[in-house]
Amino acid sequence: MKPFSYARPADVAEAVRTVATEPGAVFLGGGTNLVDHLKLGVARPELVVDVRRLTSRAVVDLEDGGLRIGAAVTNAELAADRRVRERYPVLAQALLSGATGQLRNMATTGGNPLQRTRCVYFQDVTTACNKREPGSGCTAVGGSTRNHAILGTPGVLPDPTAAETCIATHPSDMAVALAALDALVHVQGPAGERLVPFPELHRLPDDDPSRDTVLEHGELITAIDLPPLAAGARSAYRKVRDRASYAFALVSVAAVVPGDGEIRLALGGVAHKPWRARRAEEILRGAPLTEHAVRGAMEAELTAAQPQPGVDGGNGFKIPLVQRTVVATVRDLALEA
Amino acid sequence: MPELLDPRAIGTDLARRDGAAKVCGTATYAFETPVERPAFAHIVQATVPLGRITAVDTSAVDALDGVLAVLTAGNAERLAWTDDRELAVLQDDEVAFRGQPVGVVIAETSELARQAADLLRFTYDEREHDSELTVDHPGLYKPDKVNAGFPTDTAEGDVAGAMATAHATVEQTYATAMYHNNPLEPHATTALWDAEAEVPLTLWDSTQGVHPARSTVAKIFGLERERIRVVCPYVGGGFGSKGTPHANLVLAAMAARALPGRPVRLALTRQQMFFLAGYRTPTIQRMQVAADRTGRLQAIAIDVVEQTSRIKEFAEQTGVPTRMMYASPSRRTTHRVAALDVPVPSWMRAPGECPGMFGPEVALDELAEALEMDPVELRIRNEPEKDPESGKPWSSRNLVACLREGAERFGWADRPPAGHRDGDWLVGTGVASSVYPTYRQASSTATVRFEAGRYAVEIGAADLGTGAWTVLPQIAADALDVPVDDVEVRIGDTRYPRASVAGGSSGTNTWGSAIVVAAGAFRDKFGGDPADGDEVSGDVDQAERDSDHAAYAFGAQFTEVRVHADTGELRVPRLYGVFAAGRIVNPRTARSQLIGGMTMGLSMALHENSVWDPRVGQVVNHDLAEYHISVNADVADVQAHWIDEHDPWVNVMGSKGIGEIGITGTAAAVVNAVHRATGIRVRDLPVTLDKVLAGLP
Repeated sequence: MKPFSYARPADVAEAVRTVATEPGAVFLGGGTNLVDHLKLGVARPELVVDVRRLTSRAVVDLEDGGLRIGAAVTNAELAADRRVRERYPVLAQALLSGATGQLRNMATTGGNPLQRTRCVYFQDVTTACNKREPGSGCTAVGGSTRNHAILGTPGVLPDPTAAETCIATHPSDMAVALAALDALVHVQGPAGERLVPFPELHRLPDDDPSRDTVLEHGELITAIDLPPLAAGARSAYRKVRDRASYAFALVSVAAVVPGDGEIRLALGGVAHKPWRARRAEEILRGAPLTEHAVRGAMEAELTAAQPQPGVDGGNGFKIPLVQRTVVATVRDLALEA
Repeated sequence: MPELLDPRAIGTDLARRDGAAKVCGTATYAFETPVERPAFAHIVQATVPLGRITAVDTSAVDALDGVLAVLTAGNAERLAWTDDRELAVLQDDEVAFRGQPVGVVIAETSELARQAADLLRFTYDEREHDSELTVDHPGLYKPDKVNAGFPTDTAEGDVAGAMATAHATVEQTYATAMYHNNPLEPHATTALWDAEAEVPLTLWDSTQGVHPARSTVAKIFGLERERIRVVCPYVGGGFGSKGTPHANLVLAAMAARALPGRPVRLALTRQQMFFLAGYRTPTIQRMQVAADRTGRLQAIAIDVVEQTSRIKEFAEQTGVPTRMMYASPSRRTTHRVAALDVPVPSWMRAPGECPGMFGPEVALDELAEALEMDPVELRIRNEPEKDPESGKPWSSRNLVACLREGAERFGWADRPPAGHRDGDWLVGTGVASSVYPTYRQASSTATVRFEAGRYAVEIGAADLGTGAWTVLPQIAADALDVPVDDVEVRIGDTRYPRASVAGGSSGTNTWGSAIVVAAGAFRDKFGGDPADGDEVSGDVDQAERDSDHAAYAFGAQFTEVRVHADTGELRVPRLYGVFAAGRIVNPRTARSQLIGGMTMGLSMALHENSVWDPRVGQVVNHDLAEYHISVNADVADVQAHWIDEHDPWVNVMGSKGIGEIGITGTAAAVVNAVHRATGIRVRDLPVTLDKVLAGLP
């Protein structure tokens, strides 16, 4: 626990300016992750800038039939929104599968996608972690890997001492749904506003595991747009976890069938970011969504999957599990039709 | 045959006397004891698993305003008794396990104490550690005895011979995980040292026994017991982890003595609970079971491998239930322990019986399968007429009645066939037995006094949330032959007479016996019309004590498990337990205890697992987000029932302990049901979905 200053700027512009000019500053939304990190010493900011009252807390209809979600809309409010439940069930289901009622009442649309990995070594300041302390190494490799990545990793048993090694997963359920929906993120930065397609918001560790997203320091999410879906579109979120509630996904699947011969699949719990299964999507484009076809497409998607061994038995089970979960989710969607 | 107390208040479902205060938030727990100007202490933990501290740099802390003291081995007081190395904190530079206390910081606020703790810099000379339990660990040894004083090994007959010739045999290895007690209220103390006072040291501590805690602290600090007061009206759960003092209590007292006149609060963080509050050892259980064609056991053997810490031995008595549970001419039980560079294991709900009813009760299911026999019937066929271990008759044993009633309530006879599928779910049913010994502690004293027209009963007992505040008045009322409203029981303070620890499910049996003795003495001395201030004491050792019978509570648990055919997710829609635990003093609090135990057993079956990383030397999932316990959504229809049991031998109330039996056997029942659903036999806990994927369609 390190003392910090607290600021509540008058508007988004001031908040962005404040954080952009202070390297030790962070934004505070619902605080459901950051406050834990303050206590644990995982986050040690000089300045906490509270933006919760600065952005919109409304969900508004867009002219094209989509929805714009203000960054301050809580997860609970968003999950309960009738338009979301009817038009984007994948998002409502993802939100309701996350955390607990109390946390969903606090967590915000802008903050949820920016929550950090629950890798136990990231959260323990007495162990090495490249994400928390760049260059210190990765204790997770060969350790407790049940919740870790199988896709987008450098390989089986990457070098734990290398500065780029990180096998963490992104924990958000909401983000997986937004990736499958091809949502658009409104980002306000010191140089103005830009739009980031949601599937490009998060990044792989590459050469810098400390960065979870493409956002620059000082950039703030102000809203997220959901593009319109045709009337006959279907979507669903399926989360598989170790207990019935209040657990992060071992694997999860967001499936969207827009109705134009396409399917969009995003996977949670398998990578450093919500994983769009582009290869499987490509194979399935225009094809009937039979169990056989989906299984085959997922096999192709998972050829690059790298199971991690671990002191807890490792995470190799995720490969068959995610395949089975995708097949079941698409099957159930097809039954809905 | 002794006569039991005539029950009037006993057996009624009196509401918890402390219930309203707890619900309204007015019941004060140790950390929130109202005191003037409290200071806050925070424990600093070693970050190496084995080694020696070579330097401590406090310079960053010295610059902080509001830090009152920093205690390390370099300046902490020398303790009078250091034989117990878990409790001999800050006495030398040695680090025996990662997370061991190496300092304590005391400051004006808890935030400041934590900040200062972060700024302390320890330099270590680290040595290679050994913290991984394996079945063939080279350091395995035979302890002199196992927990509760049981012999380490027993043997009779010829197990090997029976295994070679019997009609059916099972030889398998089972494993239970490492588990951490996680009561909602962490270990916490408010401590005050005032050298001038008649009682200089006061400890408001969350404990399962104010008197045992006081005795230990007195020994450690070289103080007379009378110079210490320990107070604990309420406990937010203990499960054994508050049965013996841990390092936090010694550090709280030390911190208070470093700041005379200033009350000091010290609570473990949730993360620290995984290093300092005890835990259940992982166990590896090699089982051998042999039976004849009719299902009668010819041999049963359990060879247990488990761990303790290198600085203090705690050998869980995992093999003990196998010594008495079923009839068998040949039998073997052994315990081998590896002393590792790990935190100190200790009591956790039903030490011995909890892990020790896993391997055997799954092995019996495997035997039933090999014999193509109903597992309920197999257990009934192996009912022993007398205790196989001691040869004594049972004080009462109604396992068979529990199995039969449980089967009836559950609908066992009509259970679906193996591999039954209902929509997306594979459905299985399972059964296992439960057992827990009936203990009564050797010493406890109660005082009965007539005060302003009511009877005050004082005994330094503890209520962990189990119901002692409520059931002791019921017992006292019947013993005094007055309405329960005329009795006030006072507990949780060393100002009241000495009482035993709330452990081994012995509280009601022990304290109730002392109260009945005191009540009888009171009536003998003062009759039915006492004067104000009339007072008498009674000891449990004056109560009748039977040593000619073997006394245990028994039970049977039935469960329905559903396994998702696509993902392997596990759900337990039904868990029914039927118990035979003597006379139930209060059905309301008893049901809570039994359901609580069963839920904890369910949690052990499906979720709980302290993930040990032997490279780092610690539990890595050390918080309640990552260490999963069953949540409400996992706990569906859990029912606890009991059969009326009249046992004149156990004590004058006819009560057996009920705090621990509920957790025994549950995990085996779940594993057995998973097997029936999927065909997959999971022999290592917890049963997680990855372990059943291979059995899915």
